[in-house]
Formats: sequence, C-alpha cells, structure tokens
Amino acid sequence: MDVRISNVGKEFERFPALHGVSLDIASGELIALLGPSGSGKTTLLRLIAGLEIPTEGTIFFGDEDASRRTVQERNVGFVFQHYALFRHMTVAENIGFGLKVRPRATRPPKSEIRRRASELLDLVQLSGLEDRFPNQLSGGQRQRVALARALAIEPRVLLLDEPFGALDAQVRKELRRWLRDIHDKTGHTTVFVTHDQEEALELADRVVVMSQGRIEQVGEPDEVYDRPNSPFVFGFVGPASILPVTVEDGEVLLQDRPIGIPAGELPTGTAILAFRPHDVEVVESGEPAIVGTVVASRRIGGVREVELEAGGGRERLEIEIPVDHPATARSRVAFRPKRWRLYGDRPS
Amino acid sequence: MPSSANPLAAPRMRDPTTEGPLTRRVLLGIALIFLALVLLLPLVAVFAEALRNGIGTALLAVTDRDTLAAIRLTLLVAAISVPLNLVFGVAAAWAIAKFEFRGKAFLITLIDLPFSVSPVIAGLVYVLLFGASSVLGPYLSAQGFHVLFAVPGVVLATIFVTFPFVARELIPLMQAQGTGDEEAALSLGADGWQTFWHVTLPNIRWALLYGVLLCNARAMGEFGAVSVVSGRLRGETVTMPLQIEILYNEYSFVAAFAVASLLALLALVTLVLKSLLEWHYGHELAASNGRR
Repeated sequence: MDVRISNVGKEFERFPALHGVSLDIASGELIALLGPSGSGKTTLLRLIAGLEIPTEGTIFFGDEDASRRTVQERNVGFVFQHYALFRHMTVAENIGFGLKVRPRATRPPKSEIRRRASELLDLVQLSGLEDRFPNQLSGGQRQRVALARALAIEPRVLLLDEPFGALDAQVRKELRRWLRDIHDKTGHTTVFVTHDQEEALELADRVVVMSQGRIEQVGEPDEVYDRPNSPFVFGFVGPASILPVTVEDGEVLLQDRPIGIPAGELPTGTAILAFRPHDVEVVESGEPAIVGTVVASRRIGGVREVELEAGGGRERLEIEIPVDHPATARSRVAFRPKRWRLYGDRPS
Repeated sequence: MPSSANPLAAPRMRDPTTEGPLTRRVLLGIALIFLALVLLLPLVAVFAEALRNGIGTALLAVTDRDTLAAIRLTLLVAAISVPLNLVFGVAAAWAIAKFEFRGKAFLITLIDLPFSVSPVIAGLVYVLLFGASSVLGPYLSAQGFHVLFAVPGVVLATIFVTFPFVARELIPLMQAQGTGDEEAALSLGADGWQTFWHVTLPNIRWALLYGVLLCNARAMGEFGAVSVVSGRLRGETVTMPLQIEILYNEYSFVAAFAVASLLALLALVTLVLKSLLEWHYGHELAASNGRR
C-alpha cells in the first residue's frame, strides 16, 4: 500500500507541530522519520495512523482519502516505544486481540486466532512463549510481541514509534537487523520514527530528516549522509564540524585568509562550511588551511579526537587524526577538509 | 591520617540509614500503645459489651423487628449508592485522566468536596433543597414523592458522602497508566466500548475494587448526613448507625452494642479484604511500573 501525504499540517492548541508536510511513500518501502525531539516526526506518524487528526492537508492510502477514516478503519499496525502490551493478557491473547475484537462476520474462530498467534510468534522468533505474561518478558521480547500483535491484523501500513528507544544498545542493534529481515519477509510498507541517525541510516530504504515541523531532506541513506542539503541535516546525520566562513571571488576565507577550498559557484558573501571530523588532512603551516588552537584532545580507539578553536576563537571544531601523527603533540594544528559541503545563505 | 579512619579498627557500625535499637523500640512502643488505647481497646469493648449477657441476648437484640428493618435499609442504601458511585467514579476518573478539557481542575476540586465538608452540612444541603420551604420539596411531595424523611433522602445523602471514594482511587492510577494501551487497542481495530471492556477496565480492576470496598464501608457506616435527612421513623428511615444511637439513648446497651458489633465486623471484613487487595494490587502496580 503506498501512502501519500499531501500538505499536512497539525496544530496543538494553536502550537504548530507540523507545517505543510508532503511525502510520498512507495508500497513496500521502509522509511525512517529522523529528527530531534520536537521535530514533528512522531506527530506525522500518529497522523498517518489516525491517532491524530490533521489541521490541514490530506493523507492517501493508495487512492483512498484515509484522513477521513478513523484509526480503526485505517487498519494500520502501530508499535509503541513502551510496547503498550496489555499486561493482563498472555502473549497469545495480546497477539490475537486485533482479531478477537473484529465484528462477528469477519472474526476468525478461536482456534484460528490461536494458530495465527503461534505463527506470528514463530516469525518474531519467540515460539513457545504463548502463555507468558508481558511482565515475564525482557524489553526486547516485549517489543517483538508488540510487532507480532501489530502484524496480526494484516495492516496496510506498519508504523513504529521509536521502537527500540527503550532498549539497551546491544538489544537495539540486534533488533534493528531483525526488523529489516521481517520487513523483507513480509513486505509491509513500513514507517518508523527514530532520533538515532545510525538506526535510520542502517535500517531504512529512505530517510526523512525532519526539523521544527518541516521535512529538511528526503533521500536514500548514502545521499543524506554524503550530500546533506543543509547544515542542520549535515550535523544531524553524523559527526560534524561546522564553521561560518566568507566567500570572495570563488574562494573560501576564514578571517580574511584563504583556507585552500574553492567556493565553486557560491556568490560573494557569508557561507557555512561543514565537514566530517574524519575527512581532514593535517598540513604544514604556511599552506592555506584552517588553523586552530588545541583545546582538548582524547584518544578514542585508533584515532585521536582533537578539539580546536578556530575563526577568532568562537567556533569549536572537531577533527580526527591518527594517534601516531606528530600533530597530536602540537598546540596549534593546521588542516584542510578532504571532503566538505559549503552552504550559501539560504534566501528565506 | 589518624588511625581511627581505618574501618577495620572502628567499633561495630550500624547501618547509617536506620535508628539505634533503643530509639526503634521507643518509637514502636509509642505507636503500639497508642493504637491499643485508641483503637483496639474500644473495639474489644464493643464486642465485650454486646456479649455481656451471652450470645443469645445479643442475637435476640439483633433480630428485633426494627433492628432488622434498619439492617435491610442499610443494605438497600449501600446497594443503590455504591453502584451509582462506581459508575460515576469510573466516568469521572476516565474523563480526568484521559482527556484535556476546560474546567478539569474544578471538577477535581468538586470531587473532593464531600471529603472536606462536614457530613452534617451534606445533610442540611438536602434539607434546604427538598425541605418544606424549598421550591422542589413541596412540588415533589404533591406528586407523592417524598425525599426528605424518606428513603430517597437517605440514599441521596449517602451518595453525596461516598462520592469521592472510587474516583479518588482511580484518578492517580489512570493518570500513571496514560493512554498508550487504549491507543494500541484502537489501532488494532477495537471500538470504544471494546477498548474500555478489554483494556481499560482490567487495568484498573484492583483499584476499582478497592475504591468500591471503601465506598461500601462508608455507605453502611455513615451517620451525620443520614441523621439530618432521615427523620428517624423507626422501621422506615433508620439505618444501622442511627438504630445504634436510638437503642443507646434508650439505655438498651446490650442491643446497641450488638448492632454496633455487626458494624464493627463489617469494618474488620473490609480491612481484611483491603489488605488482601493491597497485597495483590501492589504486586500488579509493581509489575506495571517495571513495564515503563
């Protein structure tokens, strides 16, 4: 089922949470909504589910205007961050709930519900736990049951709200791969919300980066990571050093000195330079480069992370250099980004 | 460094977060003596006085015609007011815990009103509303429906006094539980009623039972408010607490205490059930906390 979100806006008590968001989700796609808290990603997910009503705009499931449908009619599978399992029901009863509450005409017989529950437990690799209660399961197991419960109703769209947010790092990683497997097996159109860029980039077919109620960028993980279209996206999808610079005659200047980076087609004026800390090379002084004073440095595994003050001392930068590099002992380091993005002032 | 800083050399250390044995004993002693004097002793006295002339006399006093009528009325009043307050309590707690609306704080305050107001005033309010000099009273009487000095008045006063028990018990629990489970049920296709019946109600069942228990104990034991509106028509509008007072004022001490021990028994049963529930419900609460 493809989902089309057209100009959707949402206000809570006059507080705007989402501004005219449009997004097309192809059938069978696995989409990540990525953003900091307050970016509107969860609101967007709940709007798709029908747990919130949009203030403006339309949501289509296929050709059908779903925004006029109730949450029950939309037939979506929703997985909550805190699982929301029914604690007085067994695992099997939880999974069968969506089938049990169907109107008599479409409700499968009890034995069939039980069989479906066992089948889904197999799918989420929890066979044999049918008669346990949720509080007898670990967090990771609970979230698997929650997913099985959502899948039981054969949803048209599967929606997950920070599904791994309440789990510890090890389990998170494991469940990530597992979710990808399940998705590839079942082929549901899936949208999940996360604030963890690693999760989004690893798991999703496409990543939707959101900020302050707007979509900043939509793209495949590589595209979003390698070609972020704004300093915000650059900073959000990975480690970043961001530095205000000026552009003059096709050259990038920091404090009126060229730093050895061409400005391309950017017009003269202010701009923002962004690069990844690991995409730098240390250069000998004298060459055009960014020069910074070392403020702090720490060794992390095979590299040394150096914090620098550059550009008049107001801007903190981070670069990574090999631990055996002589520059690690210096108090001033000159370097040039090997790869970078340059953002001109956006006409707003 | 002084050698006394060495923990091995230090004398026996007690747990720094508890008191010494002497302090503990004194505190415990004060509490126990106080409880014995103020609670246990009177309770024992009630039963002792009731059984002073043997169990036969006590039974005879309890099976007296007027007393039986009082017991029946008490049960009837509880049977009407407790279910009503149950429904009201669930509805109010639901509204307060799960929705945002204007006047929510006011509603919470209103629910607490019967707790903060003297029961006598609760009774007087109904006298003002339905008395001979009110607007409603004479009209209803003309229709042949008597509120004051009749069973409806007793029921109304009891409902007023026992209003907050169920709601008060449910509101904090429902607020803590949030709306996640309900949203999950809705997203799985359940309608509002199914969600309430299969998800919300089981989640609050122990707290609900607990509230009903307290509500019932109070409904059967209420004296002040009922005393104002009842008019004390023997065999008609006299509940157990009123009957006890009447018997006592007539110097039928054994009879008074026999009925009183019935009420005291009710209190004891309530306490036992309450402890059982707390044990169970605490367990469930811990489980639900572990979930979040």
